[in-house]
Amino acid sequence: MLTFVAIIVDGLVYASWLFLVAVGLTLILGVMRVLNVAHGGFYSFGAYTAAWGIGIYFERGFPDAGSFFVLAGAAIAVGLTLGVLIERGLLRWMYDRDEVVIALITYAVFLILEDAVLLVWGVNPYFAYQPSTLLGNTDIAALPFPNYDLALIALALVIGGVLWWVLTFTHRGKFLLAVIQDREMSVFLGINVSRVFTVTFVIGAMLGALGGAVTAPIISVTPGIGVEVIVLAFAVVVIGGMGSIAGAAIGSLLVGLAHAAAVHLLPQIELFVIYAVMSLVLAFRPRGLFSQAQMRRI
Amino acid sequence: MSKRTPLIQSAATVGLLVALAAGAAHAQTAPTVNLGLVTFLSGPAAGPFGIPARNAAELVTEAINKGTLPAPYDKKGMGGGNVQLVIVDEAGSTTEVVQAFRNLVQRQTVNAVVGYISSGSCLAVAPVAEELKMLTVFFDCGTPRIFEDAKYNYVFRTSATSTMDSVAAARYVKAKYGDTGSYAGINQNYAWGQDSWKDFDESMKVLLPNAKEVTTQFPKLFAGQYNAEISALLVSKANVIHSSFWGGDLESFVLQAGARGLQKESRMVLTTGETAMFRLRGQIPNDVILGARGPYGVLAHKSPLNDWFRQAYQDRYGTPPVYSAYQMAQSLLGLKVAYDKAGSGPELPSMDAVGKSLTGLKYEAFGTNVDMALGEGHQAVTETAYGTFNFNKNTDTPEITNVVYYSASCVNPPANVKSADWIKDGMKGAKCD
Repeated sequence: MLTFVAIIVDGLVYASWLFLVAVGLTLILGVMRVLNVAHGGFYSFGAYTAAWGIGIYFERGFPDAGSFFVLAGAAIAVGLTLGVLIERGLLRWMYDRDEVVIALITYAVFLILEDAVLLVWGVNPYFAYQPSTLLGNTDIAALPFPNYDLALIALALVIGGVLWWVLTFTHRGKFLLAVIQDREMSVFLGINVSRVFTVTFVIGAMLGALGGAVTAPIISVTPGIGVEVIVLAFAVVVIGGMGSIAGAAIGSLLVGLAHAAAVHLLPQIELFVIYAVMSLVLAFRPRGLFSQAQMRRI
Repeated sequence: MSKRTPLIQSAATVGLLVALAAGAAHAQTAPTVNLGLVTFLSGPAAGPFGIPARNAAELVTEAINKGTLPAPYDKKGMGGGNVQLVIVDEAGSTTEVVQAFRNLVQRQTVNAVVGYISSGSCLAVAPVAEELKMLTVFFDCGTPRIFEDAKYNYVFRTSATSTMDSVAAARYVKAKYGDTGSYAGINQNYAWGQDSWKDFDESMKVLLPNAKEVTTQFPKLFAGQYNAEISALLVSKANVIHSSFWGGDLESFVLQAGARGLQKESRMVLTTGETAMFRLRGQIPNDVILGARGPYGVLAHKSPLNDWFRQAYQDRYGTPPVYSAYQMAQSLLGLKVAYDKAGSGPELPSMDAVGKSLTGLKYEAFGTNVDMALGEGHQAVTETAYGTFNFNKNTDTPEITNVVYYSASCVNPPANVKSADWIKDGMKGAKCD
């Protein structure tokens, strides 16, 4: 029973984290058809900015509770700055290129961002554990779980819910769906696709940075953290179906629960369980669980 | 005036020529030892390991060139040569690491290579070093497989293997917590983590045969998140938890385990924990057992060499040296001793001569004595130490108490015996007094 509870809670916590780091990637992929490898860089910058900000915040003796706003502020600042810079300054000149070329360009941006992290923050680890320790623990079936981790589940639900609501019930969301369905037709209908792209990229960058910012309090923030994350995020996006937000949610849940079950029941397979899930899904659904039917243009 | 000018010019020219000749003569008497230095300069291992190692290399190399190391190492240079470092990043895939090694040898034409933190790097580089006939000294990587599974002429390692860390950890657990009924492990899923756990597990079976292994976790290297693993460890209710985690993984694990009170349920043994104690400070729970892969860092013995090293490092970098800094300094010192022993004439001694001097060498290093006793004289053994972490709130400093030192013969296998076999056979011949 204890193991079962642990698998469920651990699986949900891990799934929430995966969703937070993957949802921005899938949003950009769905709307812009850009496989944004630089997403790992947004995650790193978010984590470093948050850790750095938290350090200064507590050094100056500000009230503890405000530290959560530092995490959010770091994500917004990084997403806004890097998102606008990269989309307006670089990607908008590349949209008529092949998707593979654009993916390679974002890979180059990722490498630049990784080096920029080293340049700005150096190689020494940063710690921002205070927001995590502030919230304490909750015992579930006699196992202590940090409330901060449980709060990640709530945050993932809120982010997922807001995205779903925006896409389903707002005009701007419908514009976005129109662009996802048919970019050219959207232009003919008077939708400012260029602006949709910029806004989408900035929101995606903010979500990537938010993933890093909320992770900073529970890890040692070191160079290279974005590399590990981008691989996992891609796995989740592929499982869910490229560009599907619901797919990212289900993909995260599948991977999270499979990972937790492996750790508790068969630790030897932990290393490849994520890729086993991915292979299994792709064997039956080669375009992912929630892939959309592709239009055939004649 | 005009008549004297040529004379002055001539004198100046002659003076310049004499000075150049003298310089050339000096250059001839002081050849350059180009030393390839490989350590993590980026990635998660850079801060805790790579940069301290590089810092130590620069500090010690400068002292070697100036002849300012404490006696008996105060003779200038290595084999009479001035040491010049060619520093390379170890970060990247194994293929990239091997390619960078080839570049050092074939393009930079270094005289020797000192480096490598990751066991994966060492396992990949060793056969290439042998193929290229390049004197290569591993300073930190721990897997015992290198000299147990192969024989090398040009490859050396001046630090002890992970077997020493694991056996000593088990001995410490037995000495301090002899009533341990169960134990578990969480180690990174690659050569270092697997070898460390295997040796600890086997040592526990020998030393505490009634203790039961309850769970073994092998998360991915640099995973960073260990919630599920910590839950599994909590569920297992193990009395002792062994971990050879290092770098960012170690620090993340300590933060996450501490937040969930794992230390209240189990006694944690962190074999490389010393590297984190000055960074995490009070975030490391008291009573966690810490090691330093030898008597290094705060566990180093007091000696003129150690006093010089600690003070010089602290003065220059503003922080005490951790064990990777000690191991790097130890490697360079070993190489210097070997070079000096091989000759110090106008020409540098040959690589074969230096290798011959390094084989089976015994020398005093900064934290301990080094004996190249295993792997036919290519693999070092040293003593080691473990202690218990305590954050002293009165002095606001992290410290290690209840320190126990283990002699080299107590925690290392004898020559020509594989580590795993030695442990399984009950560690025959171990001298622990």
